[in-house]
Amino acid sequence: MIGALDPRVPDGSIAEKWTNHKFDMKLVNPANKRKFEVIVVGTGLAGASAAATMGELGYKVKAFTYNDSPRRAHSIAAQGGINGAKNYQNDGDSVHRLFYDTVKGGDYRSREANVHRLAEVSVDIIDQCVGQGVPFAREYGGLLDNRSFGGAQVSRTFYARGQTGQQLLLGAYSALMRQVSAGSVDLHTRTEMLDLIVHDGVAKGIVTRDLVTGDVRSHTAHAVVLATGGYGNVYYLSTNAMMCNVTAGWRAHRRGALFANPCYTQIHPTCIPASDEFQSKLTLMSESLRNDGRIWVPRGHDEERTADDIPDAERYYYLEEKYPAFGNLVPRDVASRNAKTVVDQGLGVGPLKNGVFLDFEDAISRHGEDTIREKYGNLFDMYERITGENPYERPMRIYPATHYTMGGMWVDYELMSNVPGLFVVGEANFSDHGANRLGASALMQGLADGYFVLPYTIGNYLAPLLGDGKLAEDDPVCEATVANVADQTQRWLSVGGTRSPDYFHRELGKLVWNYIGMERDKNGLEKALTEIPALRDEFEKDVRVLGNGASLNSSLEKVGRVSDFFELAELKARDALEREESCGGHFRTESQDDEGEALRDDDNFAHVAAWEWGGESGNAIRHKEELTFDEVALTQRSYK
Amino acid sequence: MSEETLSLTLKVWRQEGPDSSGRFETYGLDNISTDMSFLEMFDVLNEELISEGKVPVEIASDCREGICGTCGCMINGRAHGPEKATATCQLHMRKFSDGDTIVVEPWLASSFPIIKDLVVDRSPLDRIIESGGFITVPTGSAPDANLIPIPKDAADAAFDGAACIGCGACVAACPNSAAQLFTSAKVQHLNLLPQGQAERWSRTENMVDTMEDYFGSCTNHGECHEACPKEIPLDFIAYTNRDYMKSKRKNRKLLGQG
Repeated sequence: MIGALDPRVPDGSIAEKWTNHKFDMKLVNPANKRKFEVIVVGTGLAGASAAATMGELGYKVKAFTYNDSPRRAHSIAAQGGINGAKNYQNDGDSVHRLFYDTVKGGDYRSREANVHRLAEVSVDIIDQCVGQGVPFAREYGGLLDNRSFGGAQVSRTFYARGQTGQQLLLGAYSALMRQVSAGSVDLHTRTEMLDLIVHDGVAKGIVTRDLVTGDVRSHTAHAVVLATGGYGNVYYLSTNAMMCNVTAGWRAHRRGALFANPCYTQIHPTCIPASDEFQSKLTLMSESLRNDGRIWVPRGHDEERTADDIPDAERYYYLEEKYPAFGNLVPRDVASRNAKTVVDQGLGVGPLKNGVFLDFEDAISRHGEDTIREKYGNLFDMYERITGENPYERPMRIYPATHYTMGGMWVDYELMSNVPGLFVVGEANFSDHGANRLGASALMQGLADGYFVLPYTIGNYLAPLLGDGKLAEDDPVCEATVANVADQTQRWLSVGGTRSPDYFHRELGKLVWNYIGMERDKNGLEKALTEIPALRDEFEKDVRVLGNGASLNSSLEKVGRVSDFFELAELKARDALEREESCGGHFRTESQDDEGEALRDDDNFAHVAAWEWGGESGNAIRHKEELTFDEVALTQRSYK
Repeated sequence: MSEETLSLTLKVWRQEGPDSSGRFETYGLDNISTDMSFLEMFDVLNEELISEGKVPVEIASDCREGICGTCGCMINGRAHGPEKATATCQLHMRKFSDGDTIVVEPWLASSFPIIKDLVVDRSPLDRIIESGGFITVPTGSAPDANLIPIPKDAADAAFDGAACIGCGACVAACPNSAAQLFTSAKVQHLNLLPQGQAERWSRTENMVDTMEDYFGSCTNHGECHEACPKEIPLDFIAYTNRDYMKSKRKNRKLLGQG
């Protein structure tokens, strides 16, 4: 049983907390750092930056990735940019403004102290990345360029063509490989974490499976860091990579770590709609497209005409009509929810009637095709490659897709979970984005945690452990955990059912999207809580995994991940059911104002819901961390 | 969007492991939508194989957005298939015709041993990065980001190298299995920037020498550029050859033997 959740936020004014805390934390003497071993699971922005920095400091680091190279982690796919409160554009930005915007953007469901620290270190991240050779966009004078992103009132976003994520990851990866070469980081590729080793309530190591040989073994250390990304693939269709999963975090949850706010998911409005049943993932297009594109659907049901033939009077520019002040630039959640509403009303476009138009006709006639090509050429090309349609001649079709998950493992101010010795960084934790994430803040948080927060705070945990050895890798606890994983692997191979893991993942995704998507109600969530376990029973009896456990076997990798998604989906439904308010990216039908807009309930829900594993029966226990807002006044958002 | 469907014959390389001998297996597929991606077509094939009780084909992919570099196979003898500047995951079935036979093989290069079926081991690319593909700037030691103005042309040129996704198509397409395009993209990304100057000569020598340990030699065929999904320019190879020659002299000078 877990007592009251203590986030261990330091005292002092918001601007002094991190500075003071850095001084108050215990240090590990440089010569003693090599006596400590740290495991880092995941090598995306957060994991690679954390492993590289701890390696530089002198810790002995073991880094794990299921990819064949750290450079493939899904951080690589981020397009837009990274925020940094540099105020290079002299437009009034500051650490405090970035902090304020992030808390407000998160719809007042994040922890103020963590967000302020994030804003503080944002400036160091930009310096660090430029030092590594990240080729951010520059002006002709040679200095860095910035743009305003995601509705921000200042230009604080640094970007690298449409591939900021790749360039930042290559920077972190190069720093990591430098440490691999120096011998301070021991890198394990194609290796997946399948369990957490907990001894006397303390995280002592992990159990991994070598994806090529099937070898299951334990690795022990003085601390374990999870940097394993988000759980967006619980929806099956999302903008996440195919292998993204919740397994590492979920297995840690089953060993006692709290899972916070699993119902928080960000749905991105500008993705390419699915084309058929076999659609394997959805592709995001930068939302900068909304700066020039107009969003509409035909007013009439069963519209057969092509877009060109529909006169203006019969087009429903729903965002411009409903939100005259912001129009097509309303925040992500509002744009997404309204797209779903019109498609649900039967007004959708495309062969499956599952999209809305994003139309550049006006922008092209106003600015000329060349200007539009210069601004969005690569996005238009990408759209044409995927759909076979030319967006210069006919409107794009877009639809929302799951993009980022704000929920994750509960962590305190030092990024440590409630299980001592288990730290969680990047998208895998819950702390900085509240119920909705601002554009260009995901990359910032991953690198903040990895370069500038965890390497300090982990020392505070390790310092008192000086002289303690790590757990022996053949300790009975390790052997039992290894045996458990090996048994589970064998069990999947012997189910002998009739359907593939992908089939069940796809079916699960439909339930999660329909009942725990952008818009939720009590009735639907209760249905989810009956239908998900029923499908899970079928999955456990009827899944078919062929091949063996001693060579590369992606079905075998997949089946375990799908199993964890089933359990997570149930918790997600419970969390959404308990949270009887509309907030951030989520609309609870029962909680809306007179105009049908989202209504937050600060009196009853200004808290983090952190769930404790309740055993196989699914009786998870809900703990609360109350959120207090001393710096930012709580207001309802309005875009009318 | 069209609603056409294709009937196809696939000849796919199947190989149990690095040391087993492989063979082509032939599979027929019907009702493949032209809107499907090439990898989604493989998803369909694998679903069918599973329902027939046959072990599915191992084929690597992850982001399916053409940026992570995980995917890649020889499609009708061409690395990443028929569409220029397109990674395997971004290739769509509308580029094929009804009745086509498609031959699918793993990357063909002895430096990339086969792990299983269409999946190969590309870790030598990581070894090249490890040997010098970085700027030594420990966390926290970087000066202000705007301290050194970088001419836009230099920054843009560096970016053209940085755009490499490390998929290995250049090696697979090369008759010599050379990795010059990959290596030179990585070397020049850093060598063209002011921040990269301090380690320019050691980086060049170390990375090129490590490359030579694993890969064949470049004889200027240019097939690498043709296959590259990011169209990395061949000029980088010339720049790197120049830097490599200079580095031999400069690095010796640094040792006091110049």
